Amino acid sequence: MSGTQHTQHIDPRGPQFAASLTTAVLAAVLLLAPSPVGIALLAAQAVFFLIGALLGAQRTPWGVLFKRFVRPRLAPPTHWEDARPPRFAQGVGLAFAVVALTGYAAGAPAVGAVATGFALAAALLNAAFGLCLGCELYLTVKKLTARVSTPEPEPART
Amino acid sequence: MTTGAWVLLIAVVAAVAFGLWRAARDGRFRGTHKVAGALDEGEVSAKAGGRQIPVWEGIELGERATLLQFSSAFCAPCRATRVVLAEVASGLPGVVHQEIDAEHHLDLVRRVGVSRTPTTLILGPDGAELTRAVGAPRKALVLESLNALGIT
Repeated sequence: MSGTQHTQHIDPRGPQFAASLTTAVLAAVLLLAPSPVGIALLAAQAVFFLIGALLGAQRTPWGVLFKRFVRPRLAPPTHWEDARPPRFAQGVGLAFAVVALTGYAAGAPAVGAVATGFALAAALLNAAFGLCLGCELYLTVKKLTARVSTPEPEPART
Repeated sequence: MTTGAWVLLIAVVAAVAFGLWRAARDGRFRGTHKVAGALDEGEVSAKAGGRQIPVWEGIELGERATLLQFSSAFCAPCRATRVVLAEVASGLPGVVHQEIDAEHHLDLVRRVGVSRTPTTLILGPDGAELTRAVGAPRKALVLESLNALGIT
C-alpha cells in the first residue's frame, strides 16, 4: 500500500456479501421501478451508497449486517483487504443511483432503468465473481484525466 | 415484459458472460503489447531484433529475467500478485521482481499499454517484453511461462 499511515483493512467477504444484497435490491427496483415502492427502494440504496462512499463499505447497513450476523458464523478471513477500493466503488454506485433517480424523476424511466442496470451488473460481478469494476475504473479514470505528465523519480519498489 | 424486466435480464446475462470471460483470461500470460507511439525524443532506446525497447529508467533489471508488476493502491489482487512474484523471483537466481505504482507513472502506463492492475510483464535481460499477464497470476502459471521462455 502506498499510504500505510492509517490504512484500514476489512474482511473482503463483507463487500461481496453487501453486493449480493445490493443486487437483489436493484433487481426489485427494476421490476417495480416507476411505482413509488421501486423509487423508494432505489432512494434507500442510494443512501446506502452515500454512507459507503463517505464512511466506507463496512459502515453501510449491509456492512453492519455482515459484521453482526454473518461474520461470526464464518471462519476467519484468509486475507484482509484495503478499505479504500470498496469505498471508491460505493461512490461509483452512488453516481449510477443518482443518474437513475434523476431519470425516473424527470420522466425518463428508460434512463433510470439503464443506469440501475449498470449498477446491478457491477454489483452482481462483485457478488458472484469477487470482481470490483468500480475499483478497476480508478486507473482508467486517472489515465484519461491526468494530462500533465508526472515526474517519475522513484519508479520501483522492492 | 416491461422495460425494467428487459434491462434486468440483459444486465444479468451481460454480467455473467463478462465475469466468466474475465475469469478464463485473468492472470494468464499471453502475447505482448507493442510499445505505444514513438519513444520520446532524446530517450535512449535499445534495439533488439529490430524492435524498440523502452528503457526502464531507474528500474534494476534481472540478469535473466524481470517480473515487472504494475500495481495501484486501489487494487486487492495486487497484493496476492506481489507475494506470488516475490516468491518466484526468490527461488530463481537472476530473476528479479520489480513493482511500479501505476498511478504515479501514467506516462509509462500509457506507453506500455497497461489498462488495469495488476499487470505483470516478463522482461528479458535487455528489457524487451517477452510476455504479459493481466490480472493476478497463479504461481504455477508464472513458472510455466518462465519455463516456456527457457528461463527456469
